Amino acid sequence: MMNCINRQTFKQKIKSYRHQPLSLLLFIAVCASALITAGVVIFLIGYILYHGLPNLTLPGLFAWDFNAENQSMTPAIINTVIMILLTLLLAVPVGVFAAIYLVEYSKRGNKLVKVIRITAETLSGIPSIVYGLFGYIVFVITLGWSFTLLSGVITMAIMILPLIMRTTEEALMAVPDSFREGSFGLGAGKLRTVFRIVLPSAVPGILSGVILAIGRIVGESAALIFTSGTNPVAAKSLFSSASTLSVHLYTLLSEGRYTDQAYAVAVVLLVVVILINALSAAVAKRLTNK
Amino acid sequence: MSKFSEKAMKLVFMLSATASIFAVIVICFFLFEQGFPAMAEIGVLDFLTGTVWKPLEGQFGIFPMIVGSIYVTAGAIILGVPVGLLCAVFMAKFCPPGLYRIMKPAVDLLAGIPSIVYGFFALMVIVPVVQTLTGTSGKGILTASVMLAIMILPTIVSVSEAAIRAVPESYYEGSLALGATHERSVFFATLPAAKSGIMAGVVLGVGRAIGETMAVSMVAGNQPVLPDSILSGVRTMTANVIIEMGYAEGLHREALIATAVVLFVFILIINISFSLLKRGNK
Repeated sequence: MMNCINRQTFKQKIKSYRHQPLSLLLFIAVCASALITAGVVIFLIGYILYHGLPNLTLPGLFAWDFNAENQSMTPAIINTVIMILLTLLLAVPVGVFAAIYLVEYSKRGNKLVKVIRITAETLSGIPSIVYGLFGYIVFVITLGWSFTLLSGVITMAIMILPLIMRTTEEALMAVPDSFREGSFGLGAGKLRTVFRIVLPSAVPGILSGVILAIGRIVGESAALIFTSGTNPVAAKSLFSSASTLSVHLYTLLSEGRYTDQAYAVAVVLLVVVILINALSAAVAKRLTNK
Repeated sequence: MSKFSEKAMKLVFMLSATASIFAVIVICFFLFEQGFPAMAEIGVLDFLTGTVWKPLEGQFGIFPMIVGSIYVTAGAIILGVPVGLLCAVFMAKFCPPGLYRIMKPAVDLLAGIPSIVYGFFALMVIVPVVQTLTGTSGKGILTASVMLAIMILPTIVSVSEAAIRAVPESYYEGSLALGATHERSVFFATLPAAKSGIMAGVVLGVGRAIGETMAVSMVAGNQPVLPDSILSGVRTMTANVIIEMGYAEGLHREALIATAVVLFVFILIINISFSLLKRGNK
């Protein structure tokens, strides 16, 4: 739609470039950069799929129990799912409630709101290794839990909190004020309006934030190595050490002998990330189509 | 619903909202409480400017790590920003809608790939290439910079694209009407107007690059010495923590936490400049 009125033919374009070498140069640079970016994406995904897919059939790779022989990733997958569920259980209510406070209850120019926004922004900028170190100091050393699933869950919950808060806030703000006014007009209280009217309309937006958060949990390794540990066995309780899939990939690589298995784990991670991205895009699309 | 539950839930909402404040305070408290005594014991100046890191002999100088972090980040910015910015221009102003529907998810996908997978990819692909081209071990500033450039690409592209799209179309149209070509109009009318948004994207990219841990520790070489060329191995502050935390005890452990404190301060400075830039955009 860029310039329907002044649409040039290909021939005209070539002719104009002959008089405008700078424009031609810029055009080439822009196209080359786009090609580089697209090339990197295709090469990265292609390379991992090409080397990883054949290794998915390694014997025992998906065996129920892990041992030194099979290097099974099934326990790591189970741990990842547990980690996702528990972290969301902790972070989603807090994040959503916080966003409700920011959008529905706080008054303009409130000092507390300003501080909350600054701290949330700070949290989202802290690198994962600092979160990992924090979890290690607090849970592993100070509280003496050693490496446990629960330490990892709490660390991850703090990490994804700003993401949940921000996406929920945006979703709540997108709900038209007429919804709220209509509800108040029918005699509903503030609380009923929030839970019955505003929140349900914001669900797709909140959901796309939750999906993004799942992606972060799946991909995280630096924050988990020193909190939930590198034990490649399915967690039996909140207080057992358990490695997620990304951490499992790290362990495989640091051993140095399991490159084939590492490729297979990388493929699984990549497929999960592609699925998560597609899902989040689909949810976001439903949101805009409304 | 009763007045009481209205009041109670409002309190619950408010308490949830203060969770982020609480989290920042707790994180700062534990990091500083463990990091500052170590810094004081080693001597702040000796810690920050010392060039020898030999924890077993009681020498804790993290200057090589600070330099290492800055070098790999600068390399990533030099390589990643031009490509990312031009790619953003392509996506905002040159891309046919059909291609955009493929390009956009592809760039988003790049942002979602776990850093450990990037590290693995760099170890398998970039390291051997650098190895054969230069005859070194292949792990060093150059390799880490190329990998980090790829990792920050999606950040640069999406933030710059949003900034370019936010510039009023009239700027571009006015330039066209004065006889400039499409390219000139985009680069000399639209881009300057999007400057602060693009800068915010670059700062965000710097934050990602300096905080990156797993991938960098796999390909940077990790020697805790001052690098003398872009091919020599370096250790970043993040890598220092992840490599030695597993077995560190006593003052050594506190020195690692102090390293994280220095990193934290770097990130805070970056965050502040990011929000200042964002404010300037409005």
